[in-house]
Amino acid sequence: MTWKQKRVLKLASIVVLLLVAAYFLYPLNESINLGLDLQGGTHVVLEAQDTAKTKVNNEAMQRVKSVIKRRVNGMGLTEPVIQLQGERRIIVELPGIENPNEAIQTIGRTAQLKFKNEADEVLMTGDKVKDAESGFDSKFNRPIVVMELTSEGQSKFAEITRNNVGRRVGIYLDNELLTNPQVQEEINRSKARITGFESIQEAQNIALQIRSGALPVPVEVIENRTVGPILGEISINKSVKAGIIGLILIVIFMTLTYRLPGVLAAIALAFYSIIVLGVLSGLNATLTLPGIAGLILSIGMAVDANVIIFERIKYEYQQGKTLKASVESGFQRAFHTILDSNVTTLITVLVLAYFGTGTIKGFAITLGIGILTSMFTAIIVTRMLLNTALDTNLLQKNSLLGWSRR
Amino acid sequence: MDIIAKRKLWFIISGVLLVIGIVAILTQGLNLGIDFTGGTIMQFSFDEQVPNSEIREILSDSGITKDSVVQQTENNGVQFKTAKLSQDQVVNIQNKIEEKYPSAEMLRTAAVGPTIGQELKANAIKALIIAAIAIVIYISVRFEFRFAMAAILALLHDVFIVLGAFAILGREINSPFVAALLTIVGYSINDTIVIFDRIREKMHYSKRDTFEGLTNQALLDTLPRSINTSATTLLPILAILFLGGTTIQTFMVALLIGMLSGTYSSIFVASPILVEWNERKEIKI
Repeated sequence: MTWKQKRVLKLASIVVLLLVAAYFLYPLNESINLGLDLQGGTHVVLEAQDTAKTKVNNEAMQRVKSVIKRRVNGMGLTEPVIQLQGERRIIVELPGIENPNEAIQTIGRTAQLKFKNEADEVLMTGDKVKDAESGFDSKFNRPIVVMELTSEGQSKFAEITRNNVGRRVGIYLDNELLTNPQVQEEINRSKARITGFESIQEAQNIALQIRSGALPVPVEVIENRTVGPILGEISINKSVKAGIIGLILIVIFMTLTYRLPGVLAAIALAFYSIIVLGVLSGLNATLTLPGIAGLILSIGMAVDANVIIFERIKYEYQQGKTLKASVESGFQRAFHTILDSNVTTLITVLVLAYFGTGTIKGFAITLGIGILTSMFTAIIVTRMLLNTALDTNLLQKNSLLGWSRR
Repeated sequence: MDIIAKRKLWFIISGVLLVIGIVAILTQGLNLGIDFTGGTIMQFSFDEQVPNSEIREILSDSGITKDSVVQQTENNGVQFKTAKLSQDQVVNIQNKIEEKYPSAEMLRTAAVGPTIGQELKANAIKALIIAAIAIVIYISVRFEFRFAMAAILALLHDVFIVLGAFAILGREINSPFVAALLTIVGYSINDTIVIFDRIREKMHYSKRDTFEGLTNQALLDTLPRSINTSATTLLPILAILFLGGTTIQTFMVALLIGMLSGTYSSIFVASPILVEWNERKEIKI
């Protein structure tokens, strides 16, 4: 391949990369996930507690997770997060929740689902119920709730219904009566049907509450971080403004210090911004407030790579090499420096990403992506721009050159 | 200009700053936030200014009397910090405030249990130590062990300067502070490596020069880069510090101090230590 073909190839790969980044970024306001601190929302860590009856184990945690998941799904939020952490913790993230504190109470409630006979004796508890759904019955088109039982629950429920034909069996959640259906016949199936609701809404509501059931072990809120929507918006506006001003200041500084090469570095910086945001969007990363800070910081580091290169070229030039040779050896020498200095920063980023939680992790990931991208733009993009400028003889004019021989 | 020859002076300056910082840490202590100690912070904004005393009243009505700190924040905001409250207490207080002041808007609530704080502290220290070890290994492989030690000493210098400054300023140390500290670690090392890289190069090419002489020349050669990079990193940091709002101010103050210290230490601490180390070794031989 001739050097000209090589350059065309490089140019093409950069253009393709930019297009891919732009694809991920379109439309801008939907492409990047905002963290809870920016869009408002609640981050809660719950810890399961042992009771005399039940010890916390993996099975109990799985059940806690599924119960909490159902409770959260009933809130109608977009993209809530529910995940287990360690042996007895569960993280719940509720983006854009309106009444966060009430929501946390709902989630953490150790509601107990009970089936009682007319004499108020407990016949069965909620752990025998697998699922519950509302619907319409096919014959009369009445709203119904269909309750799905575990295999143990099926035999238990058969026994209950057999003993109570013609009487009522109340379903209680937190000792509050949900519904009080009359048993018409013995039910020995995995699915039991409850009728007698006034509306489908009522049936839906009862089904949801039966479904949400009970937590097998009590949970305690050990961490709660809630950001109201207003604060999030203020933070975004302020940090975006700060970022843009920071960027403008850098461009002014680079142009004054390095003249034409400085302008080229600014163009490379624009490439950098698009690619970083594209990668963030492509990786589905979440942008948090410290993440924005990390991003702005990585801009500083992206510029640093250019500074290292330009200073090195200047140094080579002052040693008496021709301009073209200076650019060539400047890039080669600067490459080692940039590599070593960035690898050490990447090491701390990796440690942060591994040990950090929440916002710190977000910061580390954005800074890491920023550093890797900055190496690419400084080494590939700036170099190509500088070579192009060399070919057009623009750089030969001393007034456009940020450096001269001593 | 001979930076290395004056190294005793730099050691004295750094020594004095470190002693002041460490004395401040020991006497004043570090102002650890709820992220480390556990506790609850709630922040509200109002249309009109609400005096601290009224908020205190609401708190004591809810049975929270001791160890609470109430502060005014920007734009008619009020923030209070208490021991860790239960979820019921949080809801109770919020309801009372919203009842009394219809314009009240909950900006943020953070409640952290003491165990979480302990874990965070342990994790932060663990992260710092692991990062330091990984950096020593990398530099030892790419350079030499003495370069790694000089870089780590410069890095410890920066960490203690920032901690000392926070003790003197009485600023709160929270979990973003830990991220800032680790960024400083990365930045400081980054800066030091650029200079060491030049020293390494000079060791290959100019064999006639003394180690002291070539180190000094490497410092002078990289000086424009050190200054320009500090400037370009400083610009965004200052922009966020003054325009970015209070939420990330602590983070940016830590970065600002750490970055200044990092630039200073890579020139005036790391390289002089390297020369000193080299000379002591030569005397022994």
